[in-house]
Amino acid sequence: MAEQQQGERVPTVIADELHIVYRVNGAKTGKGSATAALSRILKRGSDDAARGVRKVHAVRGVSFTAYRGEAIGLIGSNGSGKSTLLRAIAGLLPAERGRVYTDGQPSLLGVNAALMNDLTGERNVILGGLAMGMTREQIKERYQDIVDFSGINEKGDFITLPMRTYSSGMSARLRFSIAAAKDHDVLMIDEALATGDRKFQTRSEERIRELKKEAGTVFLVSHNNKSIRDTCNRVLWLERGELRMDGPTDEVLKEYEKFTGK
Amino acid sequence: MTKPVAPDEGLTPARLAAKYGLSVSGARPSLVEYVRQLWGRRHFILAFSQAKLTAQYSQAKLGQLWQVATPLLNALVYFLIFGLILNAGKGMPKDVYIPFLVTGVFVFTFTQSSAMAGVRAISGNLGLVRALHFPRASLPISFALQQLQQLLASMIVMFAVVIGFGSYPKLSWLLVLPTLVLQFLFNTGLALIVARMGAKTPDLAQLMPFIMRTWMYASGVMFSIPIMLEEHPSWISDVLQWNPAAIYMDLMRFALIDGYGSENLPPHVWAVGLAWAVVLAVGGFVYFWKAEERYGRG
Repeated sequence: MAEQQQGERVPTVIADELHIVYRVNGAKTGKGSATAALSRILKRGSDDAARGVRKVHAVRGVSFTAYRGEAIGLIGSNGSGKSTLLRAIAGLLPAERGRVYTDGQPSLLGVNAALMNDLTGERNVILGGLAMGMTREQIKERYQDIVDFSGINEKGDFITLPMRTYSSGMSARLRFSIAAAKDHDVLMIDEALATGDRKFQTRSEERIRELKKEAGTVFLVSHNNKSIRDTCNRVLWLERGELRMDGPTDEVLKEYEKFTGK
Repeated sequence: MTKPVAPDEGLTPARLAAKYGLSVSGARPSLVEYVRQLWGRRHFILAFSQAKLTAQYSQAKLGQLWQVATPLLNALVYFLIFGLILNAGKGMPKDVYIPFLVTGVFVFTFTQSSAMAGVRAISGNLGLVRALHFPRASLPISFALQQLQQLLASMIVMFAVVIGFGSYPKLSWLLVLPTLVLQFLFNTGLALIVARMGAKTPDLAQLMPFIMRTWMYASGVMFSIPIMLEEHPSWISDVLQWNPAAIYMDLMRFALIDGYGSENLPPHVWAVGLAWAVVLAVGGFVYFWKAEERYGRG
């Protein structure tokens, strides 16, 4: 990434009064009984709340502008809307109100959902790569790197076995290796990436640093204040879906640590 | 990090986005752009359909053999009930009726399973929709393609049954190809339509088996529509014969079975088959695309 000139800050992601609402069917009474469902249908036409459709307002009016070359940490307690915000930036969750503008297509680091446990690791590498939008040639080129990086074949020829035969550590390693094989413009990393044994963790942290160098802007969700401090120069603090603080890492983390009583 | 520098200060987010050429994330692309994106994902669509096909029976001991065995067992059940007990094959000798029934079951299963897979294409793959970015039409198309591959595999059995009852390969068998193309287009369009409806109302997946069963009994899978409905007003039988499932089954039977000549087909059968395919494929695609940005909402 070329050094940006002073004073020429190019925005890559702009969030403008963003609201995200989830709708959950039949969660009003907590009972999924047939009569409850029936009354829900009969009350059709009245508003959502009366029909037992519960709304979860996960992100409430968040605005910020991210610039090229920034590494932004997202912090906040569980359920504060961090992952939801990432998905909205990636354009995967439609906004209820407000907008997100992005430069190119931001991507979420993660490919788990495209993989199938009944297929061999080999076919999953190809399927996962295609799902992320890589071409067949790109996958062929990187196939060996992906397999080597995952270390799946260190204990015998496991890559030709179905993924359901892998240990949980092994499949987590393969999933990360596939996800990390692609370069991104705007990269978003959700927490809980540090899986696998000690050796693999070191290797994956290294790969994340590499990805960050190549990407224009990086978002990192983590509960680990140390890793935020190590990698981010700006932090957004979300609490109950609202942006509570936005600023340089040290300032925000100091307030956050005070808030969490650390 | 310093505060944003003066020139951009005071710009509204929308103006700032416009200035640097940023686009709205998750906005629906134009129809042309959407087709282009979809074409770019053709390898994914094919790989996904093949992966689903392989994964489907990977736990069963007989494995992929079930692809063929399932529709064959279905045909056997219908033969027992309709052929032997209810004598639904009246007007047809046994060596026509059995291939008639088997062809009907296989061809209808193709449409049926495309619709059933289509209705869950989005609602059953929300994890995928919420994690990765790709044109969502990839999913229903991929499921329709999976069913096409399944049908192609089971075609061997269909051919064996037809030959076993005395209809040998001849030039008219080539008509199987255009029939399959038309039916595949129709099925894909249908899958796209029910996928959008199923994404909005997942309950449709529960209703689908009943709709499909009604459609099956109304399409003459196990009986000849004109013969069965002789005593009823002729418009009923016309309507049933022009329904797409009946059209594609009739075309396939006409292509394969010696004793099933053109006198059994409704007039303009190819034109009707083509019209159904084009209307559903184009209409379904546009209908699906119209809600592209809304798939994945909780």
